Amino acid sequence: MELKTKISAENGQHDLLITREFDLPLELLFKAHVEPEIVAQWMGTKVLKLENKKHGGWAFETSDANGNVVFRADGVFHEFVPNQKITRTFEMENAPFGVQLEFLEFEKLTEDTSKISIHTVFKSGDLRDQMLRLPFAQGLNMAHNRLQDAANKLK
Amino acid sequence: MNLRRDVFQAIADPTRRAILLLVATQAMTAGAIASNFDTARPTVSKHLQILTECELVAQTQNGREVYYHINAKNMKEVADFIEPFRQMWDDRFNKLEAIMKTYQTKKTT
Repeated sequence: MELKTKISAENGQHDLLITREFDLPLELLFKAHVEPEIVAQWMGTKVLKLENKKHGGWAFETSDANGNVVFRADGVFHEFVPNQKITRTFEMENAPFGVQLEFLEFEKLTEDTSKISIHTVFKSGDLRDQMLRLPFAQGLNMAHNRLQDAANKLK
Repeated sequence: MNLRRDVFQAIADPTRRAILLLVATQAMTAGAIASNFDTARPTVSKHLQILTECELVAQTQNGREVYYHINAKNMKEVADFIEPFRQMWDDRFNKLEAIMKTYQTKKTT
């Protein structure tokens, strides 16, 4: 099946663009990015902090089944305009990728559909390519699957 | 051997993805890697062998210890490694959509 998520990352550039259209009203798409409980569910990570305002901070942390922290990322909001845009920094702890700048734009398409664009800027093209090379992306999914397993056991 | 396909098969397994994550930022011994999993040590060794064969991890001898570290050099072009990343975001966004649809239904009923 065709993936609904598009990613554009040109060779040699130091940024990437993720876009995706949703069968959701704009308000619900935006809400999914600001309510800690909801973010935790779809990002598959624990939300330690999510201060949705200019100069507010955020922090995510994911542990494996044994309680070892396998992923931690944090940053600061620079712009926060409800239902329009979020500009924030993103940094993975204990990872050599440096700080990234993320521009999230939320767009209404129709009453029931919306679109998100995430433009991520890295310090260099090499850093971008290093981060894109599978392990972290895959690892996050792994952590998520484990959380999912844990959640299923609790049911 | 189709190396490219093998690489994707290698990362299709959750334990192997977890191992890649572990060795991404630091070289680790097989024992240290195994201690992160509930699975038996020989199972982890088997996964390490597959990852090594696919050249996703490499080994370095340091005294009596063998350390495993990440080796993603065989995926040079963005097009080669962007697909797993895209898949991850697509999974996340599919989840987001499903959660918010439920949320919407709850709210309206």
